[in-house]
Amino acid sequence: MKSYEILGQKDTRSGFGAGLHEAGKLDSNVVALCADLTGSLMMDAFKDEFPERFIQAGIAEANMISASAGLAIGGKIPFAGTFANFATGRVYDQIRQSVAYSHKNVKICASHAGLTLGEDGATHQILEDIGLMKMLPNMVVINPCDYNQTKAATMAIAKYDGPVYLRFGRPKWPVFIPEDMPFEIGKALMLNEGKDVTIFATGHMVWKAIEAGHALAEKGIDAEVINIHTIKPLDRDAILASVKKTGCVVSAEEHQMNGGLGDSIAQLLSRELPTPMEFVAVNDSFGESGTPDQLLEKYGLTTAAIVAAAERAIARKG
Amino acid sequence: METSYTVTSMATMATQIRRDVLRMVHAVSSGHPGGSLGCVDYFTALHFHFMKHNPSPFNMSGNGEDVFFLSNGHISPVYYSTLARSGYFPVAELATFRKLNTRLQGHPATHEHLPGIRVATGSLGQGLSVAAGLALQKKIDGDASTVWALTGDGELQEGQIWEAVMFAAHRKLDNMIVAVDYNQKQIDGSTGDVMGLTEWTSKFLAFGWEVLEMDGNNWDDIMKVVPQAQSKLGCGKPIVIIMKTEMGMGVDFMMGTHAWHGKAPNDEQLAKALAQLPETEHKDY
Repeated sequence: MKSYEILGQKDTRSGFGAGLHEAGKLDSNVVALCADLTGSLMMDAFKDEFPERFIQAGIAEANMISASAGLAIGGKIPFAGTFANFATGRVYDQIRQSVAYSHKNVKICASHAGLTLGEDGATHQILEDIGLMKMLPNMVVINPCDYNQTKAATMAIAKYDGPVYLRFGRPKWPVFIPEDMPFEIGKALMLNEGKDVTIFATGHMVWKAIEAGHALAEKGIDAEVINIHTIKPLDRDAILASVKKTGCVVSAEEHQMNGGLGDSIAQLLSRELPTPMEFVAVNDSFGESGTPDQLLEKYGLTTAAIVAAAERAIARKG
Repeated sequence: METSYTVTSMATMATQIRRDVLRMVHAVSSGHPGGSLGCVDYFTALHFHFMKHNPSPFNMSGNGEDVFFLSNGHISPVYYSTLARSGYFPVAELATFRKLNTRLQGHPATHEHLPGIRVATGSLGQGLSVAAGLALQKKIDGDASTVWALTGDGELQEGQIWEAVMFAAHRKLDNMIVAVDYNQKQIDGSTGDVMGLTEWTSKFLAFGWEVLEMDGNNWDDIMKVVPQAQSKLGCGKPIVIIMKTEMGMGVDFMMGTHAWHGKAPNDEQLAKALAQLPETEHKDY
């Protein structure tokens, strides 16, 4: 199992803030909107350097999304930021009608996604957002895994013409993606080539998948670890090529099992290459208050859970 | 487009558009004639006289030209007819309204690339926010043209409308003129019965808007009040016209009731209605 050096501990939302700042420098059409969470989304660097391009939208998310569509009509590239819960479920119809159906170049930037929001509890811990967004035609759905990947993804989506959902989080998390690695929308990232099982992971769970790869190696299991940062469009070729080789699959994500990454992979495999598959995800449950680590443990989003899932998947191979 | 339209010629055009509306909804036995007929005069006045716009070739960005948004997208028949009659797309295409593979979807949409439409509307409350977004883009980019929008009065029951009203006032979007179609009717009955709607002028004033009132079915009033609204552009506040209209205007049996909000006439009713609106020099599609 390939080893990855931890380059630091940083939150992915800071990666977004840094990427937004860079995107703003590179393209004067980039504008940013925020619904009263500027500091939480680390948008201050952009706001300070480009005050005329920063739009405080207030606690009025529906208007923020539809106004972003209006800005996009005129040629702006709006990055609309708030907590993932308010960026999706609260404004689903605005995104559906004003952005996705109308094919507007709006970037929906969603922070504090998943259980790792922590103590604020289930009201704010959305675990359904990937499903909500991937169901929308025209929508690209991205969930990067660390600070560097989030920064690169933010810069990449500024150059992509169309609606994008970008999901990131609150806690400090291991940084291991090289700073200079370009982000390719829709392209799976091979982290370790193996032959016994493929672990497909997205977001914060990618680091846990790497840890699981090491734990499996100690047990003599050679795991392939692949980072699926773009849930839609899904990298079909990379997934099918890996599964042809390994013959069994584990998906890992900080999201409901229903509607998440695993769901997308299972749909692909059931059509193209039926394969034993196990899911590491939240199983039809809301979250609750607690520290991120406590919550990941309680809801089964751990390194050990990925290891156990891999062993189950291997046991199901013919 | 450069206008050579007088009140007389606009009134003639409005009659033709009313015929289009009725024939379009009749042909597919669906659609929203009532509100469409009430707003024909305002649509005509904007697109044939007040707006500085370039129908062809259509430019989605609207940079450098006036842009109109229909927030209450269900009155698409009047929108489509006005767009076609002002040169955005062939008038003959009105015959495809609501039919399979049409660009003239039941509610306005961009997906089929119909010239003139810049965003999908019909899910009420969103179009005003989109208009405010484009007005803000024009401000940021120093584009002096005007953003026009129309909402229904029932639509004002949507919470998002008031988010947009706050936003436009806070951002000093004095480059937008919004009209509220104050016909006091919605699907389930009178707006007063459904959700007690009163005192619009004072409500908008309290939110920091310039407010004017107008009879949207009276040409003298339209020609007086719209220029007054335009004279307030650039004065630091967004502008709203509370526009009183009569649902079903132009067809006697469709007026004074909400029954024709979303109902198409049958063959006999169409004939009776068209008899009140003789075909004009612009000819039926």
